[in-house]
Amino acid sequence: MIHRIPSGTRDVLPDEMRELRAITEAIRGVFSGRGYGEVATPALEYEGVLVRGDAAAADPAYRLFDERGQVLVLRSDMTIPLARVIATRYPTAEPPLRFCYFAHAYRSVQPQRGQPREMLQAGIELVGAPGPEGTAEALVVLCEALVAAGLQNWRIGLGDASLYPRLLDRIGVPEGARAQILHELVTRDYVGLAREVERFGAPDLLELPQRRGGPEVLGAPETAQLADLHALLPADVAGRVIFDLGLSRSLGYYTGAVFEVYDAALGAPIGGGGRYDDLLGRFGRELPACGWALDVERLHAARVGEGR
Amino acid sequence: MTGLGGLTIAVPRGALLGDTLDLLDRLGADTREVRGNDRKLLFRDAGLVTMRPSDVPTYVEAGAADLGITGKDVLAEHPERAVYELLDLGFGPCRMVFATVAGEDRAAEALRRLGVMRVATKYPRIAAAFFERTGRQAEIVEVKGSVELAPLTGLVHGIVDLTATGTTLRENGLVIREEIAASTARLIANPVAHKLKAAAIDDVVARIRGG
Repeated sequence: MIHRIPSGTRDVLPDEMRELRAITEAIRGVFSGRGYGEVATPALEYEGVLVRGDAAAADPAYRLFDERGQVLVLRSDMTIPLARVIATRYPTAEPPLRFCYFAHAYRSVQPQRGQPREMLQAGIELVGAPGPEGTAEALVVLCEALVAAGLQNWRIGLGDASLYPRLLDRIGVPEGARAQILHELVTRDYVGLAREVERFGAPDLLELPQRRGGPEVLGAPETAQLADLHALLPADVAGRVIFDLGLSRSLGYYTGAVFEVYDAALGAPIGGGGRYDDLLGRFGRELPACGWALDVERLHAARVGEGR
Repeated sequence: MTGLGGLTIAVPRGALLGDTLDLLDRLGADTREVRGNDRKLLFRDAGLVTMRPSDVPTYVEAGAADLGITGKDVLAEHPERAVYELLDLGFGPCRMVFATVAGEDRAAEALRRLGVMRVATKYPRIAAAFFERTGRQAEIVEVKGSVELAPLTGLVHGIVDLTATGTTLRENGLVIREEIAASTARLIANPVAHKLKAAAIDDVVARIRGG
C-alpha cells in the first residue's frame, strides 16, 4: 500500500544515506580538527524567544501549541537557536566560542515547486571573533569543509550586507526612499533599481552592486572592509572567492560580510552565511559573530551533478 | 567578444520571438536554424533553447539556461522565481489591463450590488494584487486561454489581461476600464551563472546596452 507523506518531505533510504553520511562525516572531521564543538538544540522552540533574533527569520512556517497553549515553532535555521544557547548556557565563557551542528531546519514551501520543507544543514558559528579575522577563519573552515565533502567546481560569492546602506549614506539618499531601493536590490531587479535610483544622479547606486569578479572590483570606499578581509585570506581560499558587491542574503540579521557557495552543477546556492554582530546582543550577550550553513542535500546533488 | 560567450539563452516563442532573434543576431548568435524550424526546441550549438515565454523564468531559475528573455508580465506573475532582472529590452510593449463588456460597467455594478466581482485572467497573482491594492473584492477565475470569452458568456464580470494594440478586446466588444501595468521584454539571469559566468554575462549586457 502507498501511504502519503507531506509535500516537500522525503524518506532517506540506505543508498542515499550512505552517501550523505560520507559527506557529513568528512565535514565533521574538519569541524572537529578546527576546534568546533558539536551541539544539538531542540527542533521546537518558543516563538517568543526566536522573535528576539530577527522578525523575518523567526517568521516560522510551522507553529503549534503545547499542552499549556504556548506557541511553539519549528526552527527555520540554527543561528538564532544557537544565539539563545550562547546567551543562556555560556553567559560568562571567555570568547571566542566555536560551535558546529548537523541539524534539520524547516521552511515553508511554495506549492508545486518541489521545494523541501525540511533541510539538513551542516554549519558553524564562530562567536566573539570580530571581523575581518573571524570572518577569514569562517571562510577557511568553509573551504576545508567543501574540499572534504568532495566537491570540485565550487566558488564562494563574497559581499557585504552593510555595503549598499553605506553607499546610500554617502550619496545622501533620504531615509524614505531606501526601503523601495533595497527591495529592488534584494529581489535582484536591476531594471527596478535603475528606475528607483535614477533621480539621485549617482551612477554608483546602480553600477556598484552589479560588480562581480576578482579583487579588481574592490576600490570604492564602501569596499574597504572586503579588501581588509581579502588581505587575510590564504591563497587557496582567495582563489575560490568571487567578490559580489550586490550580494544580499534574505535574512535580516547580517551586519557585515555575507557569502554564498555556488557550484556550476547546481542552479541555486549550496549554502551561505555571514557576520551578524548585533544578533547575540539581542539575547543578552554582546559578542560579534559569524557563521554559515551548507545544505547537505544540495551539496550531495552538486556532487552527483559533477559526476562524482 | 562575439556570440554568446558560451552562454545558454532561453528564447521565448510567440510575440517576442522576432525581436529576440534580431537582438541575438546583433550579438553574433546563429539564429538561422531557429528561424527556419518552428518545431525544434533545442539549438545546442547556437546556445539557444526555445520555449513558451511563461516557462523562461522556470528554466533560468533552475540553471537549465544561463540567461533568458521574457515579458515583465511573466516576471510580475512569478515574483518567487529567484532570477536577476538585468535589462529592459524595450521591445514587445504591452499593457496589463482591466476590461469589461462595453456599455454599462458590469463589474462596477456587481461590486455595488453583490459586494464582489468575478474576474477571469491568466495572471491570477497580478489581478489579485491589483484589486487588493485598490480596495476592491474580486473573485479571481483562472483560465488558460481566450480570456475574452469569459465575460461574454457571463462566466465573469470582467477580465485582467495583457494587450498590445487592444484589437482583440475591441473585436470581442470589450473596453479597457483601467490600466494596471506596462510590460516590455526583459533580460534575466540565473543567480549562480550571474556569478560564475559574470564576465560573459556582463559582456552580453554591455553589448545590448551599446546597441
